[in-house]
Amino acid sequence: MTDSGAMRRDPAAHLGGQEAPKTRDARWQAGAASPLATARLVLARDLKLAFRKRSQLVQPLAFFAIVTTLFPLGVSPELPRLRPMAAGVVWAAALLSSLLALELLFRDDAQDGTLEQYALSGRSLTWLLAAKTAAHWLLTGLPLALMAPLAAIALGAPGAAVPGILASVAVGTVALSLIGSIGAGLTLGIRRSGALLSLLTLPLEIPVLIFGARATELAIDGAAYGVPLRLLGALAVLGLTLAPLAAAAAVRINLE
Amino acid sequence: MAWTWFHRLASPPHIYRVAGRLMPWLAWPAAVLIVAGLIGGLVLAPPDYQQGDGYRIIYVHAPSAWMSLLVYTTMAVAAAIGLIWRMKVAHAVAASCAPIGASFTFAALVTGSLWGAPMWGTYWQWDPRLTSELILLLLYLGYMGLRSAFDDLQRADRASAVLAIVGVVNVPIIHYSVIWWNSLHQAPSVMRLGKPTMPPSMLFPLLMMLVGFTLFFGALLLVRLRGEVLSRERTASWIREALRP
Repeated sequence: MTDSGAMRRDPAAHLGGQEAPKTRDARWQAGAASPLATARLVLARDLKLAFRKRSQLVQPLAFFAIVTTLFPLGVSPELPRLRPMAAGVVWAAALLSSLLALELLFRDDAQDGTLEQYALSGRSLTWLLAAKTAAHWLLTGLPLALMAPLAAIALGAPGAAVPGILASVAVGTVALSLIGSIGAGLTLGIRRSGALLSLLTLPLEIPVLIFGARATELAIDGAAYGVPLRLLGALAVLGLTLAPLAAAAAVRINLE
Repeated sequence: MAWTWFHRLASPPHIYRVAGRLMPWLAWPAAVLIVAGLIGGLVLAPPDYQQGDGYRIIYVHAPSAWMSLLVYTTMAVAAAIGLIWRMKVAHAVAASCAPIGASFTFAALVTGSLWGAPMWGTYWQWDPRLTSELILLLLYLGYMGLRSAFDDLQRADRASAVLAIVGVVNVPIIHYSVIWWNSLHQAPSVMRLGKPTMPPSMLFPLLMMLVGFTLFFGALLLVRLRGEVLSRERTASWIREALRP
């Protein structure tokens, strides 16, 4: 943590501190807020906090750009040789960047006690973590999806492939964020967890890589990519239903 | 009343004694079956008309691959029992499973690769079964890595249990996605074994090896479980009693 001070925030501020607007405050304390409304508050808070630390938002994207640049430098600058690899390169880079961003998912909140407050708040931790994961996707998955077509074009993909690449990376990163939330929850209490986190998460993410790279590849070839895209969607839905439960169990274990 | 046996299993001294008494009953049949299966498979069974004697590695490869999945399932079930009923002995079972399963998976990979050398002309082929076996090995390594990363035993037990359960949901998805990926990318150059058209003289030794390996795993699990229970209970007073010669 280099920048404390302004960035350090009162863990309980959004749970009912003085700075929080009256209406939200009242709703939270009265216990009237539904799980969804609570989740929305957490989502808004995470987004607001993230935009106070813009450099952290840019890092996974810069990492994505660096990794995709390594391949032309390492293989060949000729587009005809790069084009067949473009889908795989884009997806491997997306997997690695989302992994890099995972460490940010729970770490700060675990360090300053926010997660403990969440667990003790009597709200469903599952919903709160689902909201945090949603914020994480909006901050890393969506920007990655917007950047992926650029990287693919730089690797020789035609302009017509942009919608397909955008859609497959956008859907795929939903699944990546969800699977990653389990790994991040499990390694919460471990110092220097980076290598372990990747060993836990990457094998579980292999189906996403396979279907995602296939959809991207078909889009680059100008073929119909509906089938792998739907399979990606299925993985995302499965993750949406199960991953927050597992992540909440994992976080609870590490908070005890 | 019918569940007393189950509840008694939760007691470390009891499970220590039961495991010790049960072990030879699994180990001896396992030894007999494996020796008989090896003789039947390596000596008595006829050579294959396509692969000659090269196919005989199946008598080690297929049982290892089968065990790699069975052990993972056992581990996940034990972990789930430990997580749900907070049963420490079940966590000890899961912890004892992981190294055994990883070893079987490794054996399946090595024998598969050795088989590939004469059959495919290469030690490694991105064959769906080999690839998912490799991923399974990584899952085992992740499980063991997560266990060893915690200082607190209870936390290690419960966190790794969550991982094992998540993994068991994912293993079929990984398996089928790998098959799907493979059928798209691989030229049909891989020579495949004629499916279950094995003559009985080849099949019986294989079945013996399958049962033998399963019993062997059971015996190994009991040995490791006893060690695990001892190390977990090392401060308990019953240990002095149990270890008295």
